[in-house]
Amino acid sequence: MTVTTRDLDITRDAETPPNADAEAAAALLSERPAKTNSLVIIAESGDLEKTWATTIMASTAAASGMEVSIFFTFWGFFPLVRPEKRITGTNWMQRALSIMNRPGIDHLKLSRMNFMGMGPWMMKRLARQYGVASPGELLTAAQAMGVKLLPCQMSMDLLGFSRDDLIDGLEEPVGAATVLQLIASGTPAIFI
Amino acid sequence: MTISISQSLDARNLSCPMPIVKTAIAIKTLASGDVLEVSATDPGSVKDFDAWSKITGNELIESDVQDGVFRFVLRKK
Repeated sequence: MTVTTRDLDITRDAETPPNADAEAAAALLSERPAKTNSLVIIAESGDLEKTWATTIMASTAAASGMEVSIFFTFWGFFPLVRPEKRITGTNWMQRALSIMNRPGIDHLKLSRMNFMGMGPWMMKRLARQYGVASPGELLTAAQAMGVKLLPCQMSMDLLGFSRDDLIDGLEEPVGAATVLQLIASGTPAIFI
Repeated sequence: MTISISQSLDARNLSCPMPIVKTAIAIKTLASGDVLEVSATDPGSVKDFDAWSKITGNELIESDVQDGVFRFVLRKK
């Protein structure tokens, strides 16, 4: 159905039924593409609080019956490394990076108030006190509910991670085109 | 009419999103038409269970609060 400007005319005359605007709005809504029951999250930051946001949104969306994929890229890649892995990389720059920025979802830093680890320590203590699940627990729950974890191939190469460094249950590493294909098919994307 | 509860879930002292996540996992084990009762203490869960019920189509048949404990009764779609 086409919506003419007349349908949306706010200075309608007395003969126009009073609910004409509502009908026109409903018509506009019905012309939108069908609702997709899927979500893609681009996890770029790797900060503690943002990884929390990623894992909360992903697990809740999966709990609501949505098909969820998370694309882990750049700093966001670090949470995919096994927490017990201390040093990663094949050359001195990648190894130095993993020493300076310890990988693993249990070792994330706050983007502010980090204070050499005091911030995250207190935040995790508060989280336990208030019954907030950790990002690691939420990621495990998300995986159990079928959330697909997509590692970014470029980040993996650039930052020097091998498949052995990473947690179990990941999809094959992919690139930007795979994420864009999801978006092109109507899946909403959020960038964290 | 009394509703027969098929399963009860204790989600007390848990914050967002665990009450919803645990509910979703618990309701998977039930058959269509079965009734799940959830108790929670997260005040945000009142709106969240209403929203979750609308997204998933599992009907929220009762929602009340007693002594700071919220109770949600859901019928599986």
